[in-house]
Amino acid sequence: MDVNFQFDWQAAIASLPHLLTGIPWTLLISFGGLAIGFLIGIIFGLLRISPLRLLRWPATVYIEIFRGTPVLVQVLFIFYGLPQLIGGPINAVVAGIAAIALNAGAYISEIVRGGVQSIEKGQREAGLSLGLSRTDTFRYIIWPQALRRMIPALGNQGIVSIKDTSLFSVIGVGELVRQGQVYIATTFTALEVYLMVALLYLAITLSLSFALRLLERKGLVGQ
Amino acid sequence: MNDSQQDSTAPIVTMEKVNKYFGSLHVMQDIDLEIAAGEVVVIVGASGSGKSTLIRCVNGLEEFQSGRIIVDGNELTPHGKGGKSLQTIRTEVGMVFQQFNLFPHLSVHANVTLAPEKVRGLNNAKAREIADRLLERVGISNQADKYPSQLSGGQQQRVALARALAMEPRLMLFDEPTSALDPEMIGEVLDAMRELANEGMTMMIVTHEMGFAREVADRVIFVHDGRIVEEGTPQEVFDHPQHERTQAFLSRVLKH
Repeated sequence: MDVNFQFDWQAAIASLPHLLTGIPWTLLISFGGLAIGFLIGIIFGLLRISPLRLLRWPATVYIEIFRGTPVLVQVLFIFYGLPQLIGGPINAVVAGIAAIALNAGAYISEIVRGGVQSIEKGQREAGLSLGLSRTDTFRYIIWPQALRRMIPALGNQGIVSIKDTSLFSVIGVGELVRQGQVYIATTFTALEVYLMVALLYLAITLSLSFALRLLERKGLVGQ
Repeated sequence: MNDSQQDSTAPIVTMEKVNKYFGSLHVMQDIDLEIAAGEVVVIVGASGSGKSTLIRCVNGLEEFQSGRIIVDGNELTPHGKGGKSLQTIRTEVGMVFQQFNLFPHLSVHANVTLAPEKVRGLNNAKAREIADRLLERVGISNQADKYPSQLSGGQQQRVALARALAMEPRLMLFDEPTSALDPEMIGEVLDAMRELANEGMTMMIVTHEMGFAREVADRVIFVHDGRIVEEGTPQEVFDHPQHERTQAFLSRVLKH
């Protein structure tokens, strides 16, 4: 090994075209999983604050399980474990999306619960006192306000989930980290390539942060 | 639909033997009360006496455990089992809250048009027309596109009044409407309420503004420990209180 190791910018740049082929998969898995996770989060977050215990406890069980176990274990379970149960293979990308959806869904459930519960009780009373139904009071008054308060926490979860997709290199999804590993296997330029991989993650997460900041600023009008 | 709405002398609100508990605390004890159409009733009492709870029972924001409440022919039964009549009552009873409770994510205009559109099914143009008229009436018409947080407390409370009136209620409830306001803004809200009273609106008002109560009330009700201890005209209750609780309360609030 060369002691006077020089960072090889050319090697770093040269790896980019190959690494970029991983980006669509990283984006597909993270945003596909997050979109489904958001739906799960809305449903289970609201179940969690239902007045009916029968609806509350399944939501609590789901949240505790998927928040309390590692995403890596979840995806291994789905990719290697579930096929034994259903008798057929599961596509690695599907397994990745499912793992993100279930894991982020558990966290987002708690974000939704917190967001909705943070709205002052007077808002609900004002809606009801005007004759709005409970559903309309939620839809037009509680939810829009709760959603605005949830944006920062949702942004955090988005960033966490994007980074979590890097774990799925272990099940062979051709996402960013996996592409890096494949490339390094032939070029042995680990330093350069992993730096590039890191920068690409940063580019994705910073774009998301920026977009959310715009959204948040817009949402602050009238608050 | 029923006799009470055809009979103009029938009370708008009837409470019969209404009891309510918060845990072991008996916050409303055998409340019997009738409010006639067009009557302005001011409810006074020390904080914690149950006066807010009383008016919050009228539109079902609080449940009660026994007795019954009939609002404009619609009956509320104990334990919040109002069902359809609860919904009907809420469309016909407006409420103004101590903390205004305007919808902060909606413009002043949208605050007022929301319920007429979603509950009454009015189209936007018609709802806006009503909102314009009401905002004009409470003196907020030039602020209609602002958001609640951009208004002063007094302005916000006047918007809240317009919002409630947009449903064309038969009865208005006021739960300490000026208690959260800076002193210099109390007058403008009381003016708007006075105007409403003069137009014949039926009103139940919980307030600490004794001067206002004396001026606009047809009847003053004094509540102590969840009971109606004394009631009568403002002159009777304020100038010649019969009950020692009333006397003690008035001597405390009228001193300054």
